[in-house]
Amino acid sequence: MSGGIVRTERLCCSYRTGRVLEDITISVEAGDYVGIVGPNGSGKSTLVRVLLGLCAVSGGSASLFGVPCNRFNAWGRVGYLPQSLHLLNPLLPATVAETVGLGLLSLKRFPRRLTHGDREKVDAILEQLDIYPIRSRLIGELSGGQQQRVLLARALVNNPDLVILDEPTAALDPEMRERFYALIGEINRLQRVTVLLVTHDTGAIGKFASKMLYLDKRMLFYGNFEEFCRSADMSALFGEHSQHLMCHRH
Amino acid sequence: MTTMNMMEILSYGFIQRALLAGTLIAVLCSVLGVFLVLRRLSLIGDGLAHVTFGGTAIALSLKLYSASALLVSLPVVLLSSLGILKLTEKARLGGDSAIGIVSALGISAGIILASVGGGYNVDLLSYLFGNILSITSQEVGIALVLFCVVLLLLYLFFNDLFAIAFDEELARVSGIRTTTINGVLVLLTALSVVLAMKLVGIMLISSLLIVPAVSSLQLARSFKACVALAALQGGGSVVAGIFLSFAANLPTSAMIVLINLFFFGLAFLARRYVSHRSNNR
Repeated sequence: MSGGIVRTERLCCSYRTGRVLEDITISVEAGDYVGIVGPNGSGKSTLVRVLLGLCAVSGGSASLFGVPCNRFNAWGRVGYLPQSLHLLNPLLPATVAETVGLGLLSLKRFPRRLTHGDREKVDAILEQLDIYPIRSRLIGELSGGQQQRVLLARALVNNPDLVILDEPTAALDPEMRERFYALIGEINRLQRVTVLLVTHDTGAIGKFASKMLYLDKRMLFYGNFEEFCRSADMSALFGEHSQHLMCHRH
Repeated sequence: MTTMNMMEILSYGFIQRALLAGTLIAVLCSVLGVFLVLRRLSLIGDGLAHVTFGGTAIALSLKLYSASALLVSLPVVLLSSLGILKLTEKARLGGDSAIGIVSALGISAGIILASVGGGYNVDLLSYLFGNILSITSQEVGIALVLFCVVLLLLYLFFNDLFAIAFDEELARVSGIRTTTINGVLVLLTALSVVLAMKLVGIMLISSLLIVPAVSSLQLARSFKACVALAALQGGGSVVAGIFLSFAANLPTSAMIVLINLFFFGLAFLARRYVSHRSNNR
């Protein structure tokens, strides 16, 4: 198994409750912005967890940068942004700068000490995402949108080739959500960072993603956005009117 | 307490030993406590303290006292701390249940050994309630060595521990070996608990791990400040506790814990005041 940023072949994954993913074959190339969509319980987050080595494969294969996910260790090439509300320990008094600095640990060998240069990298990404003025604030005191930007900065500070975002906008209102997708789109275009973004928000992500993966335990669609808009299968699934709304990019 | 009295108190060898060993151990416990509280493993100190009771009972039944008792307890507590981790991983138990099981094993083994070995003698009681003023030079030496070891390991693993406290899965995806680091954390805790048993006693060890940490979490404006504040409170409470208990002729261990609780009360009120003021702005 080689080539591509992310590759899965006939990937299956099961929990004790049953099969969660079945026969998923995808290939994500450098610079892709892939929207992973599907209803609740369709296996979107499980796919992310398999790719990150947090969940075992029960059939088929999955690789990151040509390395099987269970042996992958070049974490400096990957940025990960989980659902923020699940993440934040309300007791933890971490500042924005300290939180973002944690994203650099994947580039460090033991002992993982941060240098002056690392702190400059942190400041640079905070500037880029317009959150430098809040660098000394505690992350627990920020609004949902600000927290999201901080966690995005944490995922991007190591200058990754691939960013995986698991329902990053679940806590945001629709307007903030679109702004967030646009920001990710800008990073994808300008820095050629490959993006995998999990969302249940099929309509909004369609405006920004270059590829769509529609899951419902099985892979119902994988291809570029134009194909998604012309797909008869997707028309049958959503209805023509809904499909038209999703594909309307303006 | 006048300056003259203070100087007089400081001239006693047992006070000097208590101040030195007590401050070192309290600083260790307080710093580790921050990580334990954030990981919701606060009661591991309590569990391991009960195991220390078992270990001390083994030592005393073998007629080993002071520093030798410490050295017998050490491997028992280290193994038990790993046992808690293994139970959590393999037996699909929550951390609190695993701590409960190991704690029950430690205390029941201790009771049986104490009973077989001739009942609860003065030595065993001094470990139960602490007797910081009876710390020997040998125990100070052991405390100093272990303090240096634990501090070095904390320095080396600080960012790994911080990352895991932030989020364990995210830490794994940053390439941090979370299982190893969790092992390091409980082993360091075990070392500190064994050291602290002479300081505040088995019954009160968990307060030394928890109270400075929760006080600093009330006030800290960054993670590093949180760790530093906890260390300051831990060390400060031992110094204040020794002087006050000496002046008032009260048990030192309980005085140290009460001073810590007093600091927690102050920190809690200060936080309430600050948040009240910012809400009214």
